[in-house]
Amino acid sequence: MGSTSQTARAGGGRLGALVGWIDDRFPMTKLWKEQVAEYYAPKNMNFWYYFGSLALLVLVIQILTGIFLTMNYKPSSAEAFSSVEYIMRDVEWGWLIRYMHSTGASAFFIVVYLHMFRALLYGSYQKPRELLWIFGMLIYFALMAEAFFGYLLPWGNMSYWGAQVIVSLFGAIPVIGDSLTEWIRGDFYISDVTLNRFFALHVIAIPIALIFLVIAHLMALHEVGSNNPDGVEIKKVKGPDGIPLDGIAFHPYYTVKDLVGVGVFLILFCLVIFFAPTMGGYFLEHANFDPANPLQTPPHIAPVWYFTPFYAILRAVPNKLAGVGLMGAAVVLFVFLPWLDRSKVKSIRFRGPIFKFFLVSFAIAFVALGYLGLQPPTPLYTNLARLFTVVYFAFFLLMPWYTSIDRTKPVPTRVTYHAH
Amino acid sequence: MTEEVDTGRRHFLTVATVAAGAVGAAFAAVPFLASWKPSARAKAMGAPVEIDIGKLEPGAMVKVEWRGKAIFVLHRTQDMLAKLPGMGSSLRDPDSNESDQPEFARNEARALKPEYLVLVGVCTHLGCAPLDKFTPGDVTVSADWPGGFFCPCHGSKFDLSGRVFKDVPAPTNLPVPPYRFVSDTRILIGAEAENA
Repeated sequence: MGSTSQTARAGGGRLGALVGWIDDRFPMTKLWKEQVAEYYAPKNMNFWYYFGSLALLVLVIQILTGIFLTMNYKPSSAEAFSSVEYIMRDVEWGWLIRYMHSTGASAFFIVVYLHMFRALLYGSYQKPRELLWIFGMLIYFALMAEAFFGYLLPWGNMSYWGAQVIVSLFGAIPVIGDSLTEWIRGDFYISDVTLNRFFALHVIAIPIALIFLVIAHLMALHEVGSNNPDGVEIKKVKGPDGIPLDGIAFHPYYTVKDLVGVGVFLILFCLVIFFAPTMGGYFLEHANFDPANPLQTPPHIAPVWYFTPFYAILRAVPNKLAGVGLMGAAVVLFVFLPWLDRSKVKSIRFRGPIFKFFLVSFAIAFVALGYLGLQPPTPLYTNLARLFTVVYFAFFLLMPWYTSIDRTKPVPTRVTYHAH
Repeated sequence: MTEEVDTGRRHFLTVATVAAGAVGAAFAAVPFLASWKPSARAKAMGAPVEIDIGKLEPGAMVKVEWRGKAIFVLHRTQDMLAKLPGMGSSLRDPDSNESDQPEFARNEARALKPEYLVLVGVCTHLGCAPLDKFTPGDVTVSADWPGGFFCPCHGSKFDLSGRVFKDVPAPTNLPVPPYRFVSDTRILIGAEAENA
């Protein structure tokens, strides 16, 4: 009570009195200070640190545009396709809202993949940030589910057959596989029933889970504090006031910095929406402009680009069950990074050549698999996909070995920082 | 009455309450999980379909829809049937050991009556729809093509019993759906036994 009344006096005037009145009933000023104005982040964070706040921005864009899309979308197999065309042609500005949402899906994955790569570069998953990393991975899994459920909703032919292929992956599980796929679909094939339940999951269940996970992710971040490009724990060196010497307040310093990132992001985002909303078939596949047809498959089935690295791994394996298992492992292995990494240092700046070699090969393998997953499976491409699958898994499975023998450089006690 | 708290009793009661609550929650979850199973309407719409094959000429094929999937019914000629035994070495699963079919179709003809082939027209690779390419040597497939089914998506090939050839992406033969003959000229697709 004492401190909040002080806030009221400090603010002065009627606004200050209102703030005081609220603060006596709800920790508004307290939350603002703890989470924003007096949250001290390392002063040396570089452009890689834009992608967290950008992911939050895209989440807001997706929720906002999604709410407005549901106002005109009809989740039934008879009406879904034409209701999307209705939004595109007849609803005022409907095309913009729909393209913001469809481009937002791809933007979300671009931003999240870069955000995750930042964590690999600077060891942001290492102790004490293991739970922060796991919450992040759960967000990624929820995002994949959200994207998959959402992709069925336009009820185009690629929506339909993409869902058909992905749901039938569960059929590879021994014994329960067939009844499990039937349970997921709620029918003997992808039908109106399936569309209706995917709609419910896409607009209610997964978004709620996503929002809770994002809150947990941010709470964990603010508990342990942000990592930085040097991988130095700034909390170890504090000034007499208890504030880390290398820390600066998130607001105004990083809110202003992040606004620059937002500006650059929005320029690129708008360029795509206005000039290349389908991105040449990568963001919205051409076959999806035909309505769903259970009796005719598109000539070439490929998922949207953000799933293709895993799809390439699936196809690289000649055995269906093993392929599904390996694909699942490729996604889940990220969760175990905090325990696979035995290095004494966090950041790539102080790591040795072996880690750098494995990280670069992993990044190349991920992009290459993403490309191969979009292509038809010729024998050459299948063999290449196998090669890159081995490289992909080597990064994770050999990590306990190569991070423990790798030569590392001494880590300074303070972050490296050059004033501009 | 004693003033001391019996912590053992309190602990037991806490655990018992949590356990009873968990059992209740598990039971309450059943209706929600079960609501995801095919509804009565979905089941009714997935009921067996009956087709008339009385007018199906030898060498001709009809497609019917059952459970959202194309079902191929091919009236095979004696020529077509005569080719089946010679295919063995070029097939991946000639005896249908790895493939999906009712027990009665685990044979060379993969059929109840050899003349009538009933198949699910969905490629076992990624679910595309195979094309009927029954003419031997059809140049759209290959010059030495013996006749059969060809999937245009990724080039999987199947013989005139829907058995998959070697060195194509599809892992198994085209599935045979459950079916039975109601009479000489009528097939019921979707049910094997009399009572189904």
